[in-house]
Amino acid sequence: MAAAIFLIFAFLAVVCGLNVVLRRHPVSSALWLIGVMVSLAVLYALLGAHFLAAAQVIVYAGAIMVLFVIVIMLVNAGAEQRSTASRMAQHAGLPLLAALLGALGYVMWRAAPAGKVAGAAAVGKGTAQDIGRALFTTYLLPFELASILVLIAVVGAVVLAYKEMD
Amino acid sequence: MNPYLLMVVKAALVTGALLFTLLYIQWVERKIIAHIQCRLGPYRVGPHGLLQPVADTLKLLFKEDLLPGHVNRFLFLLAPVLAVSLALISISVIPFGPEIEVAGVRTWVQLADLNVGVLFVLAISSLTVYGVVLAGWASNSKYPLLGALRSAAQMVGYELPLGMAVAAPLLVSGSLSLREIVLSQQHYYGGFFPAWNLFRLPAPQVFGFLVFLVAAFAETNRLPFDLPEAENELVAGFHTEYSSLKFASFFMAEYANMITVCSMATVLFLGGWLPLFPAQYGSNYAPALALAAAGALWLYHGLPSAFRRDRWSLPAAGVAALVAAGLFLIPAVQAIFTPLFWFLAKTGLLLFTFIWVRGTLPRLRYDQLMRFTWTFLFPLGVANLMVTGLLVALRA
Repeated sequence: MAAAIFLIFAFLAVVCGLNVVLRRHPVSSALWLIGVMVSLAVLYALLGAHFLAAAQVIVYAGAIMVLFVIVIMLVNAGAEQRSTASRMAQHAGLPLLAALLGALGYVMWRAAPAGKVAGAAAVGKGTAQDIGRALFTTYLLPFELASILVLIAVVGAVVLAYKEMD
Repeated sequence: MNPYLLMVVKAALVTGALLFTLLYIQWVERKIIAHIQCRLGPYRVGPHGLLQPVADTLKLLFKEDLLPGHVNRFLFLLAPVLAVSLALISISVIPFGPEIEVAGVRTWVQLADLNVGVLFVLAISSLTVYGVVLAGWASNSKYPLLGALRSAAQMVGYELPLGMAVAAPLLVSGSLSLREIVLSQQHYYGGFFPAWNLFRLPAPQVFGFLVFLVAAFAETNRLPFDLPEAENELVAGFHTEYSSLKFASFFMAEYANMITVCSMATVLFLGGWLPLFPAQYGSNYAPALALAAAGALWLYHGLPSAFRRDRWSLPAAGVAALVAAGLFLIPAVQAIFTPLFWFLAKTGLLLFTFIWVRGTLPRLRYDQLMRFTWTFLFPLGVANLMVTGLLVALRA
């Protein structure tokens, strides 16, 4: 049952991801990206990380992608024009792609040897309590630093917006 | 009993009840609004217009399903499906009652208890904005687009105070599971005063409840925050180009969202299915008493009525209510339906408030709407959350 769900949503994630790149219209690309986010959330939930799954949908699909979609609609971006690729892309594209996929495959093969798949037990329970405890004890400093980083971004955005208004 | 079969039966029961409620809540709304405005409301189809929803549904079914030529066909069709399916999903984690036993099968009156139930509802509600935005954009027309953009800004803006208001009772209850949140409210101060999160020490959530309610009005696009479909400036807002069943889906989604937020408010702040006062003061007999009172009222008004149809329909309803009141005195029935009664009474009261506000308040201007959430509601929600956190931490 779990394997079937994994296969369905992993396939869905890959299809959505391909469509993000292949679609011509920015709005469709953004919508396919939402599909990727939601499929990933299902995969997280399948691993027992329910909190992460919910956070994934709330933060990425519910907040960030809404912003993406609105901005694309506001600037009224049309479908992109397809041009003939540059000479470098024509010749080096496929070999580079193969090399990249090969490297990725090699790393994955080394990280997860056959017969030993990282299961829910290896990741911990992944409940909200576990994540909260980890964030506020072991990883307190990185967590606080990340929040300050986000705050800096917000302040910077406000400053830039005010400059425009003057 | 086979657990899968049990699941299917429960899902069928909940879906059936939800769809029936969706059908009749608009009749209730039209009646209440009509009486607020000194009108009669629907009256022709069936006694007191009771068959009006059926007639409306048939009308919508047989209307021509227009597909304008200038729309983005795929997204135009996806939007109503998305809106209605997301609106109907959330109900699956709402607990309607405690564990009950029917014919030897013990089960909870809830479809699924997720350990992150609250976050699940928030996640689904954060996706509902896509239904509106896609509908507006795919329509490829001015008014829907304006409505959709307004709605996106409004729903994102009001989601923040909503999240803050939801977080505070979680601190008091100490759980993310909706079932455990209700169970944590299960005692009484001084033996009679309910320890619902609304009143619960150390941090009564009065402000949290108000913030939640106001934000919920905006999230469901209801008056006084129905800017996305303000009919005097935007024709019908995001669903201007929709007709027939596609229009009905948006309509249904709005009411389903309303039911979800009212159920959430009941669970988070008002003690879910728990009675207002403890059983030793006879809270188990409250449903029977309420039904008997309603039955007596219908008999009293129906028998000497000037309308011929009322002379039989009202007394018939009255007798039915009295029979139901009698059924509530049977212990087995009482054990199953009393929690449900309390849950429905609280949720129903909140739904009535939604309708009442629609009949009372005028629509806000758009800049007022946005200023209200960012400069008042959101800071109030944050302050409430911080004070709650402090009080809970001091007590621990």
